[in-house]
Amino acid sequence: MNGFFDLPSDLQHSYLGLVGLHLREALLPVLAGLLVSLPIAQLCVRFRWIYPPVLGITTVLYAIPSLAFFVVLIDYFGQSETTVMIPLALYSLVVLVPAIVDGVRSVPPETLAAAQAMGLGPVRRYFQVQLPIAVPAIVAGLRVAAVSSISLVSVGMLIGNQGALGNMLWNAQTYHRPALAVNSVLTIAVLGILVDAALVVVRLLLTPWMPRKGAAR
Amino acid sequence: MNVLNFAHAFFSDGAHWHGYDGIPTRFSEHVQYSLEALLIAAAIGLPVGLLTGHYGRGGNALALVATAGRALPSFGLLVLMFIWLGFGMLPVMIPLVVLAVPPILVTTYEAVRSVDPSPVDAARGMGMPEARVLLQVEVPVALPLILSGLRTAAIQIVSTATIAAYISFGGLGRYIIDGLYQRDYEKVIGGATLVAGLALATLAVFWAVSRLTVSPGVRRSG
Repeated sequence: MNGFFDLPSDLQHSYLGLVGLHLREALLPVLAGLLVSLPIAQLCVRFRWIYPPVLGITTVLYAIPSLAFFVVLIDYFGQSETTVMIPLALYSLVVLVPAIVDGVRSVPPETLAAAQAMGLGPVRRYFQVQLPIAVPAIVAGLRVAAVSSISLVSVGMLIGNQGALGNMLWNAQTYHRPALAVNSVLTIAVLGILVDAALVVVRLLLTPWMPRKGAAR
Repeated sequence: MNVLNFAHAFFSDGAHWHGYDGIPTRFSEHVQYSLEALLIAAAIGLPVGLLTGHYGRGGNALALVATAGRALPSFGLLVLMFIWLGFGMLPVMIPLVVLAVPPILVTTYEAVRSVDPSPVDAARGMGMPEARVLLQVEVPVALPLILSGLRTAAIQIVSTATIAAYISFGGLGRYIIDGLYQRDYEKVIGGATLVAGLALATLAVFWAVSRLTVSPGVRRSG
């Protein structure tokens, strides 16, 4: 019971179980955010006047503190994982929507004209030309969103131990075992960095035509 | 609308407007923590970002530092520092500064680096020393982006300063944390509303500052 990775039983999870829970609570919202922001971003590209108000709304949502958000949602979803995940999904929009819009806008008009000349309809043009070219920008947004999301989940501890790895912080204080807090902070930081690195690999795999190691710059 | 009822009940209770646990006191405490943290973070992030951006070097190292800073959970850091350092302002300031430095650093670097090179060359050609090139040409052009980095940092600090209450400090988080433990949702919702309001006010302040300080020529082209 004194090993670094042995956890008190009231956490109801093993170390790896908490890691899995943490990743789920942090990354599902980012995925949901991505699915929501793709159509929103497309609307912003098609109708330019929507973009500023959308940016305004996402910024305002982002300004609402996570703890405040959790508290309001407790009323509707109880002290549950959903309550933690909804704000995280909304926060990811503030990074993802501009990233996608900038990415899609950065497609050169000649490329679009070439796609049209080859007979691609608007749907295929979007999925086969615009989206792939926007991948680096989208992944850059995803990296920021995913890492912030991973570090934010721990606040969920305050609303009935819904903070996955963050729950260890409470134990660290209650049982006077600082090692648990060190473990929690380090694990979360390492998870963030690993997910960041994984997303870089995903980008390299999705964009084989890009120069490696940023040689272009 | 439960939430609105709770908020209304909280704000119309006269007892919440006086004394050491009154809204004015908690509000000014919150503003004070946030300003302190923002000043420290800016004192670290701005010079480093400006210099690396000016010379166009160290981008990869900065990205690494920024990722590490983002990955460190503020709440975890707060609890850890509290356990290690004990009661004091330092355990509150460290997580807030760690939170705020990455956006300031990265945006400042990107902003200065992406300034159109032709006016910078022109300034050099006119014989401006490097310091004046940076301060009189690059900074004014990069100002909108630099301010947006500071704005992101400020908003994150304001929202996160709520957790200072978890280790027995004041600020608006007091209402949320106390309310959660006392099962007094009126208080919780009231505190949450105040923090969100302060964050929105921060947005407004930055909007006003950028209207005042960004030169009209830059604003038009941007």
